[in-house]
Amino acid sequence: MTILFSVLLIFAVAFFGPMAAKYFKTYSGWALAVVPFAVFVWFAGFIPVISDGNVINESYVWVSFLGVNMSFYLDGLSLMFALIVTGVGTFIMIYGGGYLASDPNIGRFYFSVLLFMGSMLGVVLADNIISLFIFWELTSISSYLLIGYKHDKEDSRKSALQALLVTGSGGLAMLAGFILLSIMTGTMEISEMFSESGIVSEHPWYLGMLILVLLGAFTKSAQFPFHFWLPGAMAAPTPVSAYLHSATMVKAGVYLLARLSPVIGGTIEWTYIVTLFGAVTMLIGAWLALAHTDLKKVLAYSTVMALGTLTMLLGMGHEYAVQAVAVFILGHSLYKGALFMVAGTVDHEAGTRDIRFISGLRKTMPLTATFGCIAALSMAGFAPMLGFIGKELVYEAALSASIFPLFLITAAVLANVAVVASSAIVAIRPFFGEYKEHEKHVHEAPLSMWIGPAFLSVLSIVFGILPFLIDGSIITKAAASIAGTPELVVSLSLWHGINTALILSVLTFASGVGVYLVWNKFRDTKGFQGYDRWMGEGPKNGYENILAGILSFAAVQTRFFQNGYLRYYLLTLLSFFVLLVGFTLFSQTNVSLLIDLTGIHFYEWTIAIVIVAAAFAAVMAGSGLVAIAALGVAGYSISLLYVLFSAPDLAITQVLVETLTVILVALVLIHIPKFTATTSTSSKVRDGIIAASVGTIVTLIVLAVLAVDFDPFMTDYFAENSYTVAYGRNIVNVILVDFRALDTFGEIVVIGVAGVGVYGLIKLGKSLFRKEEGKTV
Amino acid sequence: MKSVILQTATRLLFPLLLIFSLFLFFRGHNEPGGGFIGGLVGASAFVLFAIAFGTEVTRKLLRMDPRVMVGWGLLFALISGIMSMMAGDSFFTGQWVFFTLFGSELYVGSPLIFDIGVYLVVVGFTLAVIFALEEEDN
Repeated sequence: MTILFSVLLIFAVAFFGPMAAKYFKTYSGWALAVVPFAVFVWFAGFIPVISDGNVINESYVWVSFLGVNMSFYLDGLSLMFALIVTGVGTFIMIYGGGYLASDPNIGRFYFSVLLFMGSMLGVVLADNIISLFIFWELTSISSYLLIGYKHDKEDSRKSALQALLVTGSGGLAMLAGFILLSIMTGTMEISEMFSESGIVSEHPWYLGMLILVLLGAFTKSAQFPFHFWLPGAMAAPTPVSAYLHSATMVKAGVYLLARLSPVIGGTIEWTYIVTLFGAVTMLIGAWLALAHTDLKKVLAYSTVMALGTLTMLLGMGHEYAVQAVAVFILGHSLYKGALFMVAGTVDHEAGTRDIRFISGLRKTMPLTATFGCIAALSMAGFAPMLGFIGKELVYEAALSASIFPLFLITAAVLANVAVVASSAIVAIRPFFGEYKEHEKHVHEAPLSMWIGPAFLSVLSIVFGILPFLIDGSIITKAAASIAGTPELVVSLSLWHGINTALILSVLTFASGVGVYLVWNKFRDTKGFQGYDRWMGEGPKNGYENILAGILSFAAVQTRFFQNGYLRYYLLTLLSFFVLLVGFTLFSQTNVSLLIDLTGIHFYEWTIAIVIVAAAFAAVMAGSGLVAIAALGVAGYSISLLYVLFSAPDLAITQVLVETLTVILVALVLIHIPKFTATTSTSSKVRDGIIAASVGTIVTLIVLAVLAVDFDPFMTDYFAENSYTVAYGRNIVNVILVDFRALDTFGEIVVIGVAGVGVYGLIKLGKSLFRKEEGKTV
Repeated sequence: MKSVILQTATRLLFPLLLIFSLFLFFRGHNEPGGGFIGGLVGASAFVLFAIAFGTEVTRKLLRMDPRVMVGWGLLFALISGIMSMMAGDSFFTGQWVFFTLFGSELYVGSPLIFDIGVYLVVVGFTLAVIFALEEEDN
């Protein structure tokens, strides 16, 4: 098995998702979970190899002349992410099978989730930045499909589009940044960029490239002020929120920063921008969680806080910070994945996930309650959970930050106070207190829906108590990849003695409990809801205003150009032709009016006179039919000219097109009002001027072309190769069907599309007309 | 519009035009002609028939909806390109087969399939539009 195979396998299985849903029915989730689990086991086999300090490279040529390869790079960081993606993914498949068991569209869910899983695996394993970008966009697209899963709800569709537009436009900025980066380093492989970091940070384009790449990472990882799409994405079914919008996809931006930090990190610009955006996001997100009573919204904003923390740490970039990143990513994926699933289970069983209406479920749902509480303890950073170790490291990192350490540690403590309070909210509110009557009769969730939270939350304890299971291998190597120093060694432990971080932890916990106790009082106060309106809704409204602005500009611009009058379309087209071509003609060439009239035969004169006369007749004609007949005369005469100058193919085509055009226009003319009735003198003058200018410009172009010496290179090439290479003596046709077949293909596609358009216009126009008739009668 | 003169003339002209259209189509590789020109003549034949006998009869005669014909044409052209890729060449590189039939050397190639595609698209497009317009009158 290769890395490429593991990614393609998941993509391939995605297409069998709907079939599995039909065939395995209620066991389909279990059946499909086998695949990510197998890939997980396979990746787990790499742990010893990677722990010994090896990296694995795998490369396939894709578009060689652009330097785009399908290449993969497996080191500590990508291995940790690959294990999270496939490990959490396994439980999500099982959980999703239970959660959506009664949904007839569950096949579509399997398809999109597996599509996402393959793309996300690609993102964290890709070495080539263009491959990475493609996988990155695929995750945005699958996220769009999943957020919009309940597509009959307007809210879902709107949130899906919002997430796609925000992350998609960030992705485009990131692509531009990647291209700059590859020009600066001369390679598209990230593994080859590591040795070029000196060149990158000295380069004059550095800041521009950095901002573009950061836009991609910040939009994807929901950094302030782009954080609003993440709570919106909660419109997705809960398994999706647990997987994409907490454990994996939103961490893609963090992953990107971590991956590239040895290349583009460590500069003053990086440190200030990344650290401060992260810190602000952390603080704002943590407190926004407290403004909501929807379990998923609370968890979503606390995810925003976690993403902000990770970004802040990556901005600092020192030894404590990279360790904290590695531990926090793993810890967060475990407890947040579990908590989302628990929230989904509560919603599923009780019929609501608004904590004002649920309480006392511990008696009816003991397992879910237990695992939910364990995960919440880890989120609160309570010893001996992995979350505790993570939070201690965050404090250590903030204390030793190179910029604004006082601000950063204050922000971190304040944010964690809010997190402790939200942990208490999600653990205590639904499960403790008096049992309330709920919409549905509540009972314990089936095995498929508690096994995921069980594993993930228990792992939070196991890794917390026994950190040596992970610190020497995965965590060390992941931290080393981020720092770009292979020799880095991480040693985790629960107890560091009584130090500043521990004191701050105790303080955090006490204040967090305090905040929780008064939460009911301040949650609905005007001031706090105002905070939510400004920081939570504000950026979202900004986004909506920008979107509305773009749409209304598009509408104005469309109404102006697409006014529905054929004559104005022609007018616009021809005026632009005259202006643009005329400008180029006069600025680029010397227009010569010298015409050599010697050697023209009398019959050529005759044809020329007929053409001019026909043109005048067409203009003067009183009826459309006469005009079209006159134009036909001009057209046939032109085809005579082709015959005289030995271009039989052109002549035949011209005659045939002319014939069919006359028939077509005659058929159309019946429906058009007589043009004498609609044309005023002033518009006649205007049209005359434009027509005359078009004629003049075309004449001048022909003269300019004739003034250039004819280069017979192409003609000679085709004459020579037409029969020997393409076995045809008719050069024109051989060019059409062989040498330039792609052009012809494009043309017939255009004909096909135009045909559909014309047909639609005729048929649709008719039905619209009838409808209006019906109304007036 | 029923004109006996036109209908009688069409009866004679229609097959001639069709044969001429095929003749133009096949000679296109070496002499003036080809899929586009052949297609235009073919379309003219059916348009003439439609003017003389009406579109309903002509549609029956054609057997295939002209819109569908456009799709087939595009498919033919695409297949000729894919054939090149299957043979390991770049898209639309001509692929040829040589054989001897009754003592004479013959060759057939993927450009012929491509040209059939062009022919079908031209006929389909022209007829789809003209039929729709003519039916609009009634």
